[in-house]
Amino acid sequence: MNVTVKNLVKTYPSGNRRATDDISLTVEDGEFLVLVGPSGCGKTTLLRMVAGLETPDSGTVTIGGRDVTALPARERGLSMVFQSYAIFPHLKVRQNIGFGLTMRKVPRAEWDSRVRRAAELLDLGDYLDRYPAQLSGGQRQRVAVARAIAVDADVLLMDEPLSNLDALLRMQFRAELKKIVARLGTTTLYVTHDQAEAMSLGDRVAVLRDGRIDQLGTPMAVYSRPASQFVGGFLGAPPMNFFPATVSSGRLQVGDVSFPGGPSGWEDRKVLVGIRAEAIGVSADIPGTVEVAEPTGATTLLTVRWAGGELKVQTAAGFEGSEVGLSFPPAALRFFDPDTSLALH
Amino acid sequence: MTGRRWVIQLLCVLVSLFMAVPIYLITLAALSSRESLDRFPLPLLPTSLSGETMTTFLRSTGVVGGLINSITIGLSTVVLSLAIGLPAGYALARYAFRGKDAYQIGLLLTRALPIVVLSVPLGRTFLDLGLYDTTYGVTLLHTALALPTTILITSAIFLGVPPEQEEAAMIFGASPLVAFVRVVLPQALPGIAASALFTFVLSWNEVLGASILTLGRRTLPAQLLATLADSPLAFRFAGGLALVLPALIFIAIVRRYLLNMWGTTLR
Amino acid sequence: MRKLWLILPSIVFMTALFAWPLVSGVLQAFSGSGTFRRMVDDPYFWEAARNTALLIVALIPLQFALAVTMALLMREKPRFAGLHFYLWVVPLAISDLAAGLVWLSIFTDRGYLNSILEKAGVESYAWLSVENPSTMFLAVLIAELWRATALVFVIVVAGLQNVPREYDEAAAVFGATYWQRLRHVILPQLKPSLQVALILRTILALEAFAVAQALTGRSFPLLVGETYQWYYTLQNPNVATAIALVVLTLSIVASIGYLRLMRP
Repeated sequence: MNVTVKNLVKTYPSGNRRATDDISLTVEDGEFLVLVGPSGCGKTTLLRMVAGLETPDSGTVTIGGRDVTALPARERGLSMVFQSYAIFPHLKVRQNIGFGLTMRKVPRAEWDSRVRRAAELLDLGDYLDRYPAQLSGGQRQRVAVARAIAVDADVLLMDEPLSNLDALLRMQFRAELKKIVARLGTTTLYVTHDQAEAMSLGDRVAVLRDGRIDQLGTPMAVYSRPASQFVGGFLGAPPMNFFPATVSSGRLQVGDVSFPGGPSGWEDRKVLVGIRAEAIGVSADIPGTVEVAEPTGATTLLTVRWAGGELKVQTAAGFEGSEVGLSFPPAALRFFDPDTSLALH
Repeated sequence: MTGRRWVIQLLCVLVSLFMAVPIYLITLAALSSRESLDRFPLPLLPTSLSGETMTTFLRSTGVVGGLINSITIGLSTVVLSLAIGLPAGYALARYAFRGKDAYQIGLLLTRALPIVVLSVPLGRTFLDLGLYDTTYGVTLLHTALALPTTILITSAIFLGVPPEQEEAAMIFGASPLVAFVRVVLPQALPGIAASALFTFVLSWNEVLGASILTLGRRTLPAQLLATLADSPLAFRFAGGLALVLPALIFIAIVRRYLLNMWGTTLR
Repeated sequence: MRKLWLILPSIVFMTALFAWPLVSGVLQAFSGSGTFRRMVDDPYFWEAARNTALLIVALIPLQFALAVTMALLMREKPRFAGLHFYLWVVPLAISDLAAGLVWLSIFTDRGYLNSILEKAGVESYAWLSVENPSTMFLAVLIAELWRATALVFVIVVAGLQNVPREYDEAAAVFGATYWQRLRHVILPQLKPSLQVALILRTILALEAFAVAQALTGRSFPLLVGETYQWYYTLQNPNVATAIALVVLTLSIVASIGYLRLMRP
């Protein structure tokens, strides 16, 4: 079932800025869509309006073609995983997972089998008779996910479900979550501030800033062709490099260095150039000085000073030396309007 | 143990003796026979224990009636103050509304009002309404005295249950009322019970208002106060013990919650 | 507007039982001519006022010194801390009438104190007699100290929990003695708790009367006890309300005074 939001506007009484500013978006049936952005960008507000936990000032939310804007959360037929897990400390794991089924008055036998299935999917089979206080953080997270999938809802919402886990656990559970959701095929809307999570999980990614969607596309499209300087700088680790240059007859001039490339129809004007760290070559002719070399195992990350300022360069493991000859492959160069920071096409 | 530890232990024991010895002595006095209370010097050890003094006390006019009135009023006060205070405490914990600060300050200010200031005008009003000298009238006064504390304590308790839990319940199909009953209430119950006990003890101990608002249907302390001057010492000792006993039980039960209760409501 | 329905009953109730009696009480006290005249002409009033003031001035410093000491002792985690804590807070739930009756068994002429003195070969003393006003005062003072220190103790302990031990330990690492730490680290951070306790205790001390009534009858009158007398024995609710308003005024003045005095 698809989820469509149209022209959603929400302003909190305390702030004069809009939390979401006229957002429209469709999550296709069975799609895993990630909302990503820095804190305060409106992504959680958007999710909570889809859930029915907040009321929009204007705009509509439809689920499977049904306008649910005025319906309370419990009548929207959806399911959710909360950032704080929000599992019930006074109920055993079994009752926690079956809570939604209890509310729907599912018959006993079916209740049991569905709780068991959800628990096994998340490796909780041995913990059904424990209280949440007797579980580790990772296990509580699993209970929250099991509770969300046990109800077999049409739409699954997740609000930063991994942010309270430590780094290692987060990586492991991320892959597991992707597998489970793919198997269920539920339409999923997922909120995170972690760009790596967004890239690895989403069928599509929506990057939000100041209550608006800056870009919406597949992870690779958003990564390699950012629609704005903000998106390029937010997605990817390290973020995209940016430096100003002047365009002149098919070449880019940076200080006293020039190399081929440049947008058409931008002759003799300033342009903001963007390039990913892994696209930059280190054995050519543009001089640069290595300030820091950080081996990460698989690769080495260099901080290089050159005519255009400072660059992050990702190069092969085992790199040594203090001088490099940089090259910027023209196909990897992205161009942005220095005034609006938007991509040039 | 170092010398400093010894001094600390000794001081603790001294303070405990100061607190415990009077309770021991009133218990001893109330459980002594008439005859041994007439002796001088009084025995300091429980050598001649007897239920005689307590039995005589319970048989005296107005004592059993006072006891029943005290319990009736205490329980009604608990019910009424929870019925009014729980919803208000919940609203205070969960919602922002205009005048919230003023409301909270108003609650705190009521502590500064001496009970007498309320009791005398209330007595006059109750006379007109036919509530004078009834358990209902005293219940209303005691509820008014307990309500601010009930609201502040329960709001602190509800703050301890994250709102996300209610939201989760509603996402999974619960109405707001069901979410409250199935998710919030079970977690808040121990705290609410402590607050209820607190209210009961407040009502049990209150003497001035109960004396002013009643004539015949007195609570136990009001009855004791009214007959103080004309009653024998043995009667007064027995009354003292009767009043102290619930305190011993109450504190034993709520000891664990005590610091939280006072810690959160008195700041 | 669900939230409105949740708090509305409490507002209605508090208005009916706090605001309304307060207003009508003030009107009542000022309506009868000569009400305040009668109040100030009664010699008992001035004696009660003097006794109340005396009791507060003597009681509160003693009580705070004792309560802070008790709280600091508890912070040292003594052995049997649970039992000590229980005994120290039991008086919280004991009314002033009950406290008066408890101490009556000790101070009365043929009570436990004189029994002990007799056994030690010392002559009995009439502690609660009108002829011995100072010991009568002392008895009321001790009973109040016994009953009401627990409240201050609990507030101070709750306040101490909010003083991180690290500060204290840091100060100790830098060589501060216990007294220096108490003076410069612990007490300043306890100030908000002490302020609350001070206001609350003063208001409650102004309302004390049954302790004195149980111990001495009317020999040691206190202000609130006088309202009871006027209302009950003398059947004059107007004068009773007038005295009650004096108590209220004193409560408010004291609270404001403390807040001013202890402002940072």
